[in-house]
Amino acid sequence: MSVFSRAARSQASASVAAALLALAAVAIVVIAGGYDLGHAATAMWTGSAGSAYSLFSGTLLRATPLIIVGLAIAVAFQAGVLNIGADGQLLAGAAATIATGLAMAAAPGWISIPLELLAGILAGAAWAAIAAVLKRRFGVLEVISTLMLNYVALFAVGILIYGPLQEPTHVYPETAPLAVSARLPVIIAGQRLHVGFVLAIALAVGIWWFMRSTAAGFRVRVAGAGAAAAASAGRVNVERVVFRSFLASGALAGLGGAVQVTGVTYKLFENFSPGYGYTAIAVALLARLNPLAVIVAGIFFGALEAGGAGMQRDAGVPSGFVFVIEALVILGVLAVDRARAVAASRAEPLGEEAVA
Amino acid sequence: MSEGTFTAFLSSGVRFATPLAYAALGELVVERTGVINIGLEGAIIGGAFGALVFAGAGGAPLGFAGAALVGMLVATIFASFVIALKTDQIITGTAMSMFGLGLTGTLYRSIYGTAGASLHTPTIAPVPVPVLSSIPFIGPALFNQPVVTYALYAIVPALAWWFYRSTGGLALRAVGENPEAASAAGISPARVQWIALLFGGAMGGLSGGTLVLAQVGTFSEGMSAGRGFIAIAIVVLGRWTPWGVAGAALIFGGASALQTLAQTTGWTMPYQLPLAFPYVLTLILLATARGRSAAPAALGQRVS
Amino acid sequence: MTDPAFALSLRDVAKRFGKSVALDGARFDVRAGTLHALLGENGAGKTTLMRIAFGMLRADGGTVASNGTARQWRSSADAIAAGIGMVHQHFLLVPAMTVAENVALGAGGPIGRFDPAVAAARVTTIGVETGLVLEPQARAADLPVGAQQRLEIVKALARNAKILILDEPTAVLTPAESRELYAWLRGFVARGNTVVLITHKVREALAIADDVTVLRRGKTVLSRATAGLDEAAVIAAMVGTLSDDVTHLAIGTHATGAAVLSLDRVSVIDDRGVSRLRDVSLDIHAGEIVGIAGIEGSGQRELVRVLAGRLAPSVGTARIPSHVGFVPEDRLRDALIPAMSLVENLALKEAGSARGVMNWSGIELRARDVVRDYDVRTGSVDLSAASLSGGNQQKFVLGRELDASPDALVVENPVRGLDIRAAAHVAGALRAARAAGVAVAVYSSDLDEVLSLADRMLVCFDGRVAVTRVEADAVSRALVGLT
Repeated sequence: MSVFSRAARSQASASVAAALLALAAVAIVVIAGGYDLGHAATAMWTGSAGSAYSLFSGTLLRATPLIIVGLAIAVAFQAGVLNIGADGQLLAGAAATIATGLAMAAAPGWISIPLELLAGILAGAAWAAIAAVLKRRFGVLEVISTLMLNYVALFAVGILIYGPLQEPTHVYPETAPLAVSARLPVIIAGQRLHVGFVLAIALAVGIWWFMRSTAAGFRVRVAGAGAAAAASAGRVNVERVVFRSFLASGALAGLGGAVQVTGVTYKLFENFSPGYGYTAIAVALLARLNPLAVIVAGIFFGALEAGGAGMQRDAGVPSGFVFVIEALVILGVLAVDRARAVAASRAEPLGEEAVA
Repeated sequence: MSEGTFTAFLSSGVRFATPLAYAALGELVVERTGVINIGLEGAIIGGAFGALVFAGAGGAPLGFAGAALVGMLVATIFASFVIALKTDQIITGTAMSMFGLGLTGTLYRSIYGTAGASLHTPTIAPVPVPVLSSIPFIGPALFNQPVVTYALYAIVPALAWWFYRSTGGLALRAVGENPEAASAAGISPARVQWIALLFGGAMGGLSGGTLVLAQVGTFSEGMSAGRGFIAIAIVVLGRWTPWGVAGAALIFGGASALQTLAQTTGWTMPYQLPLAFPYVLTLILLATARGRSAAPAALGQRVS
Repeated sequence: MTDPAFALSLRDVAKRFGKSVALDGARFDVRAGTLHALLGENGAGKTTLMRIAFGMLRADGGTVASNGTARQWRSSADAIAAGIGMVHQHFLLVPAMTVAENVALGAGGPIGRFDPAVAAARVTTIGVETGLVLEPQARAADLPVGAQQRLEIVKALARNAKILILDEPTAVLTPAESRELYAWLRGFVARGNTVVLITHKVREALAIADDVTVLRRGKTVLSRATAGLDEAAVIAAMVGTLSDDVTHLAIGTHATGAAVLSLDRVSVIDDRGVSRLRDVSLDIHAGEIVGIAGIEGSGQRELVRVLAGRLAPSVGTARIPSHVGFVPEDRLRDALIPAMSLVENLALKEAGSARGVMNWSGIELRARDVVRDYDVRTGSVDLSAASLSGGNQQKFVLGRELDASPDALVVENPVRGLDIRAAAHVAGALRAARAAGVAVAVYSSDLDEVLSLADRMLVCFDGRVAVTRVEADAVSRALVGLT
């Protein structure tokens, strides 16, 4: 729908309301825990936007993977695919990226970096393909299969970093670091914010354009919003569209992992993903699956996490509650949506014929 | 393999399997009514925290009661959204898991300090059953465990009986297969699902309680370690039956125990392989027709 | 007030679903110990009325009484307790459970005992007593359709139903199975019980029922004993009185062109193995409106979809052009995406074949044209399809299909639920399409409507298609298989 249509505006207001409610919940938790609200609020501000460092190397840096994986979730959900496996697809991408990068340590950056990212994209898509095939050929609920695959990916990464990809001294459970040439360049001197952020923005704009302007993007949207009508009225091959969207979602998640490896961590280790795949669900929902809004939602959550770290450092408030906020945001959006749907069906009945 | 090694392996397997079995049996009942509760993780970690708090006030029995209570509280929130508001089960469940993990971590740090020093709570010790615990090979493994494990030996057959030999169990299974048919027969699917979720929440809470009060002796953030999601895999592997779920829990527990076994016998395979094996097995089972047809027909459908 | 001689008595029953009126002061009295047929066309209100009698729905107005006592059912459990049983048109069985488990379902509380052996014995006993024999351990999903229906009946009898309501029971049975069922029902009634038979099969109903009630558009239009009642009168009550001008309008000279839609010995077998269309051959030409009539289950649904190119024949060939407009009955599921805007719903039509970039501004202009040309009442083309009333949704769908300049157009119950003005618009659009050379096929369960539009009539009966004169009498007879 048009970004400025009435329906879009009302959805956006619901999201804003949910976000504000979440912040209010934060305030309540802070006060209830006996912390100084003013102190905590200041700490949150300085942690997320109070200085150039906190803004670029805190908020926006943390927002980058959230935007990319948020896009992965948005694409999947728009097609009606419940992809809960973004974490696993991200890990697969990260693993492929580090393997490629380590193998290309001698190559110049303009060769190694694109190949690293490509490896991440392909690996993420392949990991998602397992679940996509299980869904298409065997009717397996993707909710369960993608969850299982998250764990398999976790273990596979474990085997890799203790085994073939382990750093040369074989002491630490992690890979060797990427050569400097294989790392994403930083875009602001003195900060840690890297090219990946620009890539994330560009992707969001590109996907937004794809969804609203191309026939293929339209097919994804109708397959998710009304599969029966898409097939009958639109003659769309819904199965194929859904399958491809699933793979695309995995590819984006894999890219998210690739960007984290080449831009921030420069190596792969245990607990590489602090639950990006799940936070991304909150990001995508808050953004109502609109790719442009994913940028805003991703930055919002990035700010929350950076601010949360700041609050913990300076005001002693535990940072774990960021998860609480994210959960409340999801629940808030869900509740508002359903309340609206119930109200709408009571006020303006659709006049659907009864079985008589 | 020597008897001692095998027994140690089995004992360790049963130990790992106990919290898994509690969570999975609870999830089994829930899924048999057609609901997937991914928020089980929230119930487990909530139960773990509840166990710590309540045990601190009144010892282990109160701790377990508190664990079950907190688990039911988490389930109540989930049920309110999914049954009353009819929100999407998966997304709501994901939010509940995040909520539980985040809130318990926050409360733990706030109440017990951020020093990182763990707070200890007395754990219940294994209680050997006379005679039975002397059976060669399996005796010490099965009958020298804490009472929470013994409780399972009663719960599983009781649940199996109730599923297939009681009118209540019949009604519950019908709701998960065809809620309309159940409704036409005079059963209220919503009410059955509510009760199932409360039971599942209590069992999830007990799972967390077991971790704290019968195993680790303390609480740490995120200690549920994905057991809520593993429980879902266990239900699939166990083909949605009580005995099947108990067996599958044992397989997953055994996989964890393989780690210790490998260490003692000097196997050199990566420890992640046996850990991953049950998940891969589940995926394969899902793909085969038999695996698919075992699922309740109405599983995952939006509540109507 | 309530007469104890009536096993079931419903008076002044009203029921709306949203804006559509399902029942409008219907009245239904069933004498105890009789077999009473409830007749009516699709959409007349029969199932809704009986669901209210069974406690599955609550009426907006009117009274329900059984065995002389006024009732306020809270749910079907109450009706079951009062001795009423219902066998639904679409079976409500638990497929994965056995016959015995299905029969036992619903009785007993949360921890009552369920003994499979006892339940199996119950099934066997009922089988012996009533002649409805079933294998207790068989899975419901594995039973053939006739046995599944026996199971539905046994379920009701197991709860001691004395009043049995059956909703279109023979729709899925072979003629032999139907005869068996009817014989059993007569025996059931002879033992002092009561049966309500919801059906649209007039001839069968008159053959076995003691009394008959006909519903039309939510009202009772006929209610009397079957003795001495003739078919024609019943059919006339079901499908409505016909005015003379209707038949005149149908005669017209239209220059028809080449055959656009061609079926050559087409048969359709559904995934249960039941034959829905048998050996049908017909052509529909450019510049004509062919009317299709057929009572539910006669194959009309499959014929419509084969003509629209949405269903492939199992046997034979269907030559259908690639651009066939289709206005299906269930527009909210099959034609529109309610949450999307009218502009997007217009674009939906080409979604499968479009390439590259979408020309949204062009599509928006076309949407405005459609809205204007087809009198779609809406504030803006950006509003969601769900915000439109049923009539406007239908006008929009028709406009969208015709906007693509198709070679052929197939419509299914095009004016159902529409008010008179909207219906007139739709009819006018169909005639305009014909004049423009489109091959039009119209199915309607309302005889008035289809006769007023058709140049030729095709009537479905039992999977076959007969050509009849465009005239009420001829069509009515063909509808029930008399040709």
